[in-house]
Parts: sequence; C-alpha cells; structure tokens
Amino acid sequence: MVEVLIAIAGTLAGLAFLLALARFVRGPSRVDRVVAFDVLTVISITFIVLVALVENRGIYLDAALVYALLSFLGVIAIARYLEGRF
Amino acid sequence: MNTVLLSIGVLLAVAMIGVAWLTIRATRIATAMLAAGLVSLFASVLFLFLAAPDVAMTEAAIGSGLTTFLFFFVLGRVRGGQS
Amino acid sequence: MGLLIDIIGGLLLVSGAAFLLFGSLGLLRMPDVFNRIQAGTKTTTLGTLLTLAGAACLQPAWGWKLLLIGVFLIFTNPVSAQVLANTAHRRGAQKTPLTKIDQLAEDQEGKA
Repeated sequence: MVEVLIAIAGTLAGLAFLLALARFVRGPSRVDRVVAFDVLTVISITFIVLVALVENRGIYLDAALVYALLSFLGVIAIARYLEGRF
Repeated sequence: MNTVLLSIGVLLAVAMIGVAWLTIRATRIATAMLAAGLVSLFASVLFLFLAAPDVAMTEAAIGSGLTTFLFFFVLGRVRGGQS
Repeated sequence: MGLLIDIIGGLLLVSGAAFLLFGSLGLLRMPDVFNRIQAGTKTTTLGTLLTLAGAACLQPAWGWKLLLIGVFLIFTNPVSAQVLANTAHRRGAQKTPLTKIDQLAEDQEGKA
C-alpha cells in the first residue's frame, strides 16, 4: 500500500521535473532560467526524500539539508550578478 | 530499488546529457554557467541513487553551490558590473 | 494504528508531489516572469513541506532532521523569490498586458 503511494509520488515528481526542465530549455530571459533552476533544486529535495524512504537510510537526508541551504546562496549570487552589483 | 526510482534515475542521466549539450551551445555566458550548475545538481542526485551519500553531499556543496557562486562572483568582478 | 499513520503519510507524499506538478505546470504555462516566479516558488515550497511531513509520518525517527530541512526551506525560498522578482523588475522585465497595477514603480516614481 505505502509502496504504491510512494511510486505514485515519484511519478508525479518526475513529471514535474520534466516540465521545469522544459522551462529551463525554452526560457526566453535569464531570470526565467534562474527560476527554473530554483524549482529543479526543490524537486531534487523531493527526489532525495523519496530515495531515503525507499532505501530506508536516514543518512541520505543530509544531502537534502545541504540543498535547502545552498540553493539560496546560488540564487542570491545570480541575482546580484544580473543587477551588476558585485 | 523499485521501478519508478530506476526510471527517475534514467531520466536524470538523459537530462544530464541534454543540459551538458546546452552548456556548450549556449550563446550567453550566464545561461552556460546555470546549465553547468544544473549538470552538477543532477550528478549529485544520481550519486545518491547509486548509494553514495558522502560523494553526493560533497558534490552538492562544492559543485552545485560553491562553483556557481564563485563563477558569478568572479564574472561580476571581471566585467566591472556590466552584464 | 500504525497502518493508519502510514496511509496518511503516503497520502501526504502524493499530495505534495501533486503540488510540485501543479507548480511546474504553472512555471511552464504562465505568461510573464513575475507570474512564473509566483507559481514556481510558492507552490513548490508548499509541495516540499507536505512531502517532508509525509516522510515524517512514515519514519518518525527522522522527524528532527526533516523539521530542520523544512525550517531552512521556509526561511530561504521566499527570500530568494523576492530577490529574483526585485531583480526582474529593476531590469525592466516584460509584463503581460493583463497587468493592471504596479505599485513598486509607483513608489519609485513618488520617491524620485
């Protein structure tokens, strides 16, 4: 039962990944690509949590912790670069 | 490892190749650097799928976080703030 | 009792992934940059929080680590969205013709 629900969640997250990747490839301006980058990072956190649930190993969540902190740093750096304020 | 996660892993690998192609074909340098950071992100998740959490954490911290930050910081300094 | 909590956790996981899918759909379909930022960031933050709550129901021993990830996400994701929207506005991003009100531009005109 729970395995089926985890599989459904993985399928939905994979579809979300494809749509965000399409926006990254198409994105007319650079800000669009930055937003797609941020969304892909957040979807990766969901992938990591799903893998940790399936493999039943809590140590995998540390990578999700690193992503929750570091996507912020990258987006701030890109925003400051696009404003020309470095 | 069940089937859905296996297909997500294959999807990540194919997406890595596509985004790497985008990195070398991009016309603007900011797009190329974003795509390089994305390759690093996918590689990190793929390392986790292959049961190597320490390598995945290092790749996440260095490859996806620090390298993207450093590229944009240095490019902003070199061009004198004009993009 | 344990089975009930497991099923609730699985349903939370599925709803969180569904929110991620809707957010990505909005990211692909919305007409201009500001709408894309709105759809992409708010919806995916809620989706990831629901996913983390579902994982905490399935594995209660991981609760503290999942809570920490959720707290970091709540603090960092809206801030990055706001900074990005501010950057897009300052660079004069193209707005959709349906836009009626731009209060940031009105404020800057008032100051200048």
